[in-house]
Amino acid sequence: MTDIVDRPSSDRIPAGRLTHLQRLEAEAIHIMREAVAESDRPAMLYSVGKDSSVMLHLAIKAFYPSLPPFPLVHVDTTWKFNEMYAFRDQTAARLGLDLIVHQNPECVARGINPFDHGSAVHTDMWKTEGLKQVIDQHRFDLCFGGARRDEEKSRAKERVFSVRSAQHQWDPKRQRPELWSTYNARRSNGETLRVFPISNWTELDVWQYVHLEQIPIVPLYYSAPRPVVDRDGVLIMVDDDRMRLGDGELPMVKNVRFRTLGCYPLSGAIESDADSLTGIIQEMLLTTTSERQGRIIDFDGSASMEKKKQEGYF
Amino acid sequence: MAHASDLIASDIDAYLESHQYKSLLRFITCGSVDDGKSTLIGRLLYESHLVFEDHLATLAADSAKVGTQGGDLDFALLLDGLSAEREQGITIDVAYRFFSTERRKFIVADTPGHEQYTRNMVTGASTADLAVILIDARKGVLTQTRRHSFLVSLLGIKRVVVAINKMDLVDYSHEVYSAIETEYSDFAGRIGLDDITFIPLSALKGDNVVDVSQRMRWYHGPTLMGHLETVQVDDDLAEAPFRMPVQWVNRPNLDFRGFSGRIVGGTIRPGDLVRVLPAGTTSKVDRIVTFDGDLDRAIAGQSVTITLADEIDASRGDLICAGDAPAEVADQFEAHIVWMHEDEMLPGRSYLMKIGTRTVGVTLGHPKYRIDVNNLDHLAATTLDLNEIGVCNLSLDRPIPFDPYDHNRETGGFVIIDKLTHNTVGAGLLHFALRRSHNIHWQKVQVDKQARTEINNHRSGVVWFTGLSGSGKSTIANIVESKLHLLGVRTYLLDGDNVRHGLNRDLGFTDADRVENIRRIAEVSRLMVDAGLVVLVSFISPFRAERQLARSRVEQGEFIEVHVDTPLDVAESRDPKGLYAKARAGELANFTGIDSPYEPPEVAEVHVDTTSMSAESAADAIIATLQSIGIIA
Repeated sequence: MTDIVDRPSSDRIPAGRLTHLQRLEAEAIHIMREAVAESDRPAMLYSVGKDSSVMLHLAIKAFYPSLPPFPLVHVDTTWKFNEMYAFRDQTAARLGLDLIVHQNPECVARGINPFDHGSAVHTDMWKTEGLKQVIDQHRFDLCFGGARRDEEKSRAKERVFSVRSAQHQWDPKRQRPELWSTYNARRSNGETLRVFPISNWTELDVWQYVHLEQIPIVPLYYSAPRPVVDRDGVLIMVDDDRMRLGDGELPMVKNVRFRTLGCYPLSGAIESDADSLTGIIQEMLLTTTSERQGRIIDFDGSASMEKKKQEGYF
Repeated sequence: MAHASDLIASDIDAYLESHQYKSLLRFITCGSVDDGKSTLIGRLLYESHLVFEDHLATLAADSAKVGTQGGDLDFALLLDGLSAEREQGITIDVAYRFFSTERRKFIVADTPGHEQYTRNMVTGASTADLAVILIDARKGVLTQTRRHSFLVSLLGIKRVVVAINKMDLVDYSHEVYSAIETEYSDFAGRIGLDDITFIPLSALKGDNVVDVSQRMRWYHGPTLMGHLETVQVDDDLAEAPFRMPVQWVNRPNLDFRGFSGRIVGGTIRPGDLVRVLPAGTTSKVDRIVTFDGDLDRAIAGQSVTITLADEIDASRGDLICAGDAPAEVADQFEAHIVWMHEDEMLPGRSYLMKIGTRTVGVTLGHPKYRIDVNNLDHLAATTLDLNEIGVCNLSLDRPIPFDPYDHNRETGGFVIIDKLTHNTVGAGLLHFALRRSHNIHWQKVQVDKQARTEINNHRSGVVWFTGLSGSGKSTIANIVESKLHLLGVRTYLLDGDNVRHGLNRDLGFTDADRVENIRRIAEVSRLMVDAGLVVLVSFISPFRAERQLARSRVEQGEFIEVHVDTPLDVAESRDPKGLYAKARAGELANFTGIDSPYEPPEVAEVHVDTTSMSAESAADAIIATLQSIGIIA
């Protein structure tokens, strides 16, 4: 038998106390169990990124020895990195979980892409509309998401259990006060919930947990020689031949990695030689640029995330 | 975030190792923007090197645009979240901030200090281990200081830091500091706060926030950060008796039945005797199961799955307790209630109460008193409005296990949920069970409803007429009663106006009184159903929740709701008692349909459209319904 409290080398914490990661883990597990116990058709949104990897790991722990009693839902845009698709399919197969992949059929038909339609339309149509469609189609009444309060200012006030109207609208005035660890998961007709079990984690907590628990993550987080082009100071990887190159623009091979993952034409790479987990964490700790800067979606203005949230984006 | 950057650069593994074992402190900051609260938190974030370069760039731009510090960085802008609030210059909700140092990770609940504060502050305080109360050195102990301190004490936060801010504006005066310390200590003693640390500081200039101030050498205590990093807070729960609310029954296969939950008090080991409440069954812990392997000990704060040695019945909502120190079980309580919704509390209405993982029905009594949070005076009150706090008796629809809130926040704190909208409308803190609930039992009677029904030639039930004033409820009810009487059915007609002459003469027409009005009628109807009668109730009864309450008082198949549906303009044109005219003239307040709402039934057993159906045929339809569900032959 092992004892979490008395794990090897845990002599630094006095008996009877938990570390911050143990407390965060226990809180996330508690939230996941509450959500599942009080919903009829839960699902976990799975974006293939490191936060999703952590969420999945927590879900496995929360319901062990049962499997998590819900499917994974990937709202796909067809523009993710190829390595993400491979990792997604391997992960679902390895853990024996149901994976639902949804692609907005209207986007498929109209060929919505970031080059012709711009990042705002691309994201809205594939992700925001796609998410609403998959929730409606499968009549999910509760979806887990991996958003954290430290990511962005407007998220600092987001509830752990966040109510969405039947039209998927987020109304800041209708959010419920959350006291102690008592969460109100009741829904009226057509309402759904988004539940964020790792609300109280920071980026460093996530990385430390990935390290401590040896959680698999997409190799794109590690540095490797990859073909990129420089677009106004943002390095964009040429992941397949759909990438549009400008006149005379030639991909260069550089040692790069990604701090956040999304659609490859919208994800900025950073030059780095960090090819191990500790190397990544080291680099992150020494860096002075926050996580979302690599995401082009946020550049539309400082209140843009809040607008997207009201429209139904996570 | 380049703290300890040397170690990070030279030996990342050693750094991660050392940071794995940090503890966590959750605290709340209380004070207004004027006290420099946002500046203080911004400074803590900034000083712990948690502000990223691009955030700093935004901060510099925002400071120039809307900042209040001239050309300097306005740390407060790091915190304001929603754009509408940012424009108003106030924060209107609870925001959570994160930072960490070498020793600890911190979660800060940041709540506003203006008038609409109670809901937010109570929410933020409910999860805090410690409170930082800000005082402006120039202003000393203010009304809001007392208000914040009372809420901190009410929510059970034992440890308080009084941060006396803006010392730079009082020339770092020791006398000013001492005067505030004396005044605050005097007040705090009266509300039961005794673990208080006073720290003089300047959030703006950085004195005693992280670095020891050179300008206040008379002060020998810790800096704010130093104190937050070292104060011990989590001993109490570990010492408490074992408690674990069952969240989820874990049944992967027929051979495994585990109870998953988070431990909210004490310690548990395999072999320990436990008692499952409210049933009271006992067993021993067999295994403590986790993904990381079975544990030989688990403590408060951990999420685990417990298996028991015996096959006993336990399900979500039950509380697994230490066998030798179980929680109490009761169904009537006295509690502090904090009202958190724009719709006032309605005494007598049935709400949901979620405590731990258990949800039950609850009725709140009239407040015994309301507390003026500014001076702690007890005020008379008939209800509670948004942000008001009072003491009420609660009556639950079934017994629950609980601990007094002072002993354990997780097993003594609860939220109140509206049954229809499902909004969280209030929160409460249980203090003690009312002894009467143990002592008053239903008197067992020899002759019961069944026996009475048998000498009648019909069953009993309620026909509940709801609709606007002047819709024709009483007219139809009278015809129905006449017809039933001719059929030999024992009836009684409860009419709204008549009852208000006697039983309910003390009630007016506010929403709260309307709820109480219906509650009494529902109870009287229930007694009459028990007596074997067919009860006809003719009441406007405008709220769905109360009609639902009346329905819940009798058995399934004993309640027929009749919606006497008449458009407002038609009812108003009839105006048999001249009431609409008075209401329109402003002589009658809270008149249903005019200045008080009517919530029509979503599904009534009988729907009477009086514009197309005569009273006579409506009565026939009701009689037919009574026959079809077997109340009368």
